[in-house]
Amino acid sequence: MTKVSIEVNVNGRTRHATVPPRMLLSDFIRHELSLPGTHVGCEHGVCGSCNVVVDGRAVRSCLMFAVQAEGAEITTVEGLAQGDDLHPIQQAFWEEHGLQCGFCTPGMLATAQELLAQNPDPSDDEIREAISGNLCRCTGYEFIISAIRSAAAKLRERESETTLQPV
Amino acid sequence: MSQHLKSNVIPPSRQREMPRAGLTWIGQSMKRVEDPRILSGKGGYIDDVAVPGMAHAAMVSSPHAHARIVSIDTSKAKALPGVIGVYTGDDMATVVDPCPSFASPPITQHPMSIGKVRHVGEVVAAVVAEDRYIAEDAAELVEVEWEILPANVDIEASAAATGDALLHPEDRESNVALDESFSFGDVDQHFADAHTVVKRRLRWQRSSAQAIETCGVVAQFDPFKGGYTIHSNSNFYNFIPFVIGGSLRVSPGELRIIPVLTGGSFGSKVFNHKIIILTAGLARLAGVPVKYIEDRLEHFTNSDSHGSDRLYDAELAVAEDGTFTSLRFTVMDDYGAYLQFGVGTHGNAMAQVTGPYQIQSFGMRVIAVLTNKTQQGPYRGFGSEVTNWVMERMADAAAEEMGRDPVALREQNMIQPDQFPYMIPTGNIYDSGNFQKVLAEAKSMFDFDGWRDKAKAMRAEGRCVGVGLATCMERSVYGPTEWWSLNNKETPGFTLTSTPEGITVRLDPSGKMFVTLNSPMVGNSPETVVAQILAERLTIAPEDIVFNYSDSQSGFNGVGPQGSRFTAMIAGACVSAAIKLEERLKRFGAHMLQRRPEDVELRNGTVAVKGLNDQEKPFGEIALTSSFFRLSFPDGEEFDSGLETTAVYDHPLSTDPAEDRSHLGIFYPIVGHICHIVAVEVDPGTGKVEILDYAAVHDNGTMVNPRTLAGQVWGGTANGIGTTLSEQFIYDADGQFTNPNFAEFAMPTANEMPRNFKLGHVETPSPFTEYGIKGGGEGGRLGAPSALSSAIEDALSDHGVKITSLPVTPPILRGLIRDAEQGATA
Ligand code: FES
Ligand code: FES
Repeated sequence: MTKVSIEVNVNGRTRHATVPPRMLLSDFIRHELSLPGTHVGCEHGVCGSCNVVVDGRAVRSCLMFAVQAEGAEITTVEGLAQGDDLHPIQQAFWEEHGLQCGFCTPGMLATAQELLAQNPDPSDDEIREAISGNLCRCTGYEFIISAIRSAAAKLRERESETTLQPV
Repeated sequence: MSQHLKSNVIPPSRQREMPRAGLTWIGQSMKRVEDPRILSGKGGYIDDVAVPGMAHAAMVSSPHAHARIVSIDTSKAKALPGVIGVYTGDDMATVVDPCPSFASPPITQHPMSIGKVRHVGEVVAAVVAEDRYIAEDAAELVEVEWEILPANVDIEASAAATGDALLHPEDRESNVALDESFSFGDVDQHFADAHTVVKRRLRWQRSSAQAIETCGVVAQFDPFKGGYTIHSNSNFYNFIPFVIGGSLRVSPGELRIIPVLTGGSFGSKVFNHKIIILTAGLARLAGVPVKYIEDRLEHFTNSDSHGSDRLYDAELAVAEDGTFTSLRFTVMDDYGAYLQFGVGTHGNAMAQVTGPYQIQSFGMRVIAVLTNKTQQGPYRGFGSEVTNWVMERMADAAAEEMGRDPVALREQNMIQPDQFPYMIPTGNIYDSGNFQKVLAEAKSMFDFDGWRDKAKAMRAEGRCVGVGLATCMERSVYGPTEWWSLNNKETPGFTLTSTPEGITVRLDPSGKMFVTLNSPMVGNSPETVVAQILAERLTIAPEDIVFNYSDSQSGFNGVGPQGSRFTAMIAGACVSAAIKLEERLKRFGAHMLQRRPEDVELRNGTVAVKGLNDQEKPFGEIALTSSFFRLSFPDGEEFDSGLETTAVYDHPLSTDPAEDRSHLGIFYPIVGHICHIVAVEVDPGTGKVEILDYAAVHDNGTMVNPRTLAGQVWGGTANGIGTTLSEQFIYDADGQFTNPNFAEFAMPTANEMPRNFKLGHVETPSPFTEYGIKGGGEGGRLGAPSALSSAIEDALSDHGVKITSLPVTPPILRGLIRDAEQGATA
């Protein structure tokens, strides 16, 4: 099979690769880029555990070919923490017990990033709606909803701190 | 106590740490120790494992439910570039023997079919290739010629099948694998004396856990270097070498099983022995390390973890005043094509089959039927979720037939707080409880009386709104006699009686405490629990503890997280280890302080002189001195260098089944209690059920971490909601499994969960476990189906609809409403 060259930006780093055109983005991220935080639960677009953020949108990486990501900017779970600090959404999931086995979590985090970028103060029903495309078999969702609510507050606070800073 | 239970003597308690107020760490909702690495994507699940030279496997699966394999042509597949090998069941049989079976006599199961297939999805050949894409391409090129055999789909029809419809003619002359009857106490007498005998036919249909991660294995074989090295997401890695060594034709010591973080189990990854044997066999045949991760379809159709699929004819004997005196039933269970764990799921249900009620006797006939479906395995509740539902359905039915209020009738029959430990007719005990308190708490949290009035008023307006309440048991800390106690007495099989849990604790010269666990993390919180208990017992800070997992060769006894056992069992191991470590710390510390060991105590991570505030040695300094400065201490092996200890905790309270099976002994005695109350509205036009309000109160004894326990209750309740309202495996008449995917097998999303779930806890400590801890991993699924069934029946009371079968998906419920309407007009 003829391979295709692609260039993508993943977690702030430009990556060049030559991949078969049929390689799924999820496999590319996991196995070619060695970023195993993105998980594969169904490979048919239902569970959302493979969600990553592509150009600001949470997308199913099992429903995309790697070649379709040419030129895109991708954030995976590995790109969230800054140095030694968890991202506020990760921190909120930790504090609120928003994960048990953690398998659905990277996908939930991707969905939460997209939601909170678009809607910094979502209602519980809006959170519920946003994550209704992510299956979790462990938590019953309640603490995931609390985690996203708390993450929203953390991000708003961070936002106001940065805007209040003297120029 | 009934005569038949006289020989079942309750052993004395081995509790060392009494339940008490004022604990520092136990009872705190501490953030989980496990989370930062998982949240950052560094958890390390099975598909994250890669070993040098690793190849990938893909399976050729049966499209038929029951068929003979006439021939398999692998030539085209073998010719594909990148393919290392293509193997059939006959090839596999050159390196492995059949899977272990707990059924007795066993039913033969090959990890890869030989001669015929018995369910859709059964593996008939496998490709090992350089990558998974190539392996899957090649798998499609394997050509199989089939001779179709009659498919057994219906449980009653299969029990009567003969000839070509027999699944295992070489092992059994019938598709009935086991048919045993039991009587615990004076069942016949109680039924003869009954004022009313309530009868119901109840059906519980199959679904399964479907954790978001499937099962997988990475296996290597080296005949010159110790045999097999296997990474697996099994729950049970320290035990399975002993179970599968025979199948792999090596001694258990030549099998090194390495655990990984597991993406959810709920029972579905308890053993995983078939996939381990299959992948290990492929690695040996291909001569390279092999990775095989099930895809979702394979997990549905071939992972051997389908849940219970039962048909009950149940009878409850009730006295004139409403007292329940006896329960009996005949149960047929559709186990699918094999019987890996015997009827262990029925053994489990014997732990609490009579519920929270003072029922004096119990009788059962259990018939295990084989059909052409994927075989059963564990799913959260392990069979007790079904009997909880049966008991609660029967309690509601009795209330209706006797014209009694269902809650008042339950209260009348409940075991009283002063009756514990309470022995039920099967011989199991309930260690402690206060069911009345749980009920009262749940009712007030839910505003039960208010809701009942409201629902009645809404029904008067023509809306289908109802309230349901269930009071159920949650057994925890299993003993293994459940696996075999219902087997025929003449052929009881592997009569295992141990479920130990071990731990190794080492105080490092740096002052860190290194802990090695012998059971994997599957979404529970093994590290957090241990951190809280060791911190409590040794007065240290939880953040000073570092965790590791053994593998099956470096490790010690461990049975894994299942049967809601881990927290209570590891607490016991922690206490044993802490006692030993304390003794050593005091000996070294006292010497350094120039005191006698009896004059010092543990205080805030130091060994300190009793009654004095300024004379103490931090653990770190003691560990450092004892590790590097041997000559500072006297001669004698009690001062051998270093501070390390290994400890094991055995089941706190169990007895053998009676020889004649007049009782089954004590095997699941650490028992919690739960009350779920729910209000629902049914749309009679579509059959859709909406949850309006939900309250759950759980009593799991002393809580170690209320937040993680709440997470378990929530998650279990979500499973129970799915089991009741949406999850169903649908097989057609040919044995085709028609919905094995996440789109059509409808697990609850966030949208299906109740909006204002209220959760409460009552704490009745166990008198038998350390600190009084009970397990709490299954309760949600043990209670939700009963409460929901009751609520739906109440909502549809004006339509005369009875809930006697689960699930009630919208089309099923709509059908019941239509049938009831037609019945009423006919
Ligand atoms: S793995 Fe992509 S949606 Fe399930
Ligand atoms: S935390 Fe396990 S699937 Fe969501």
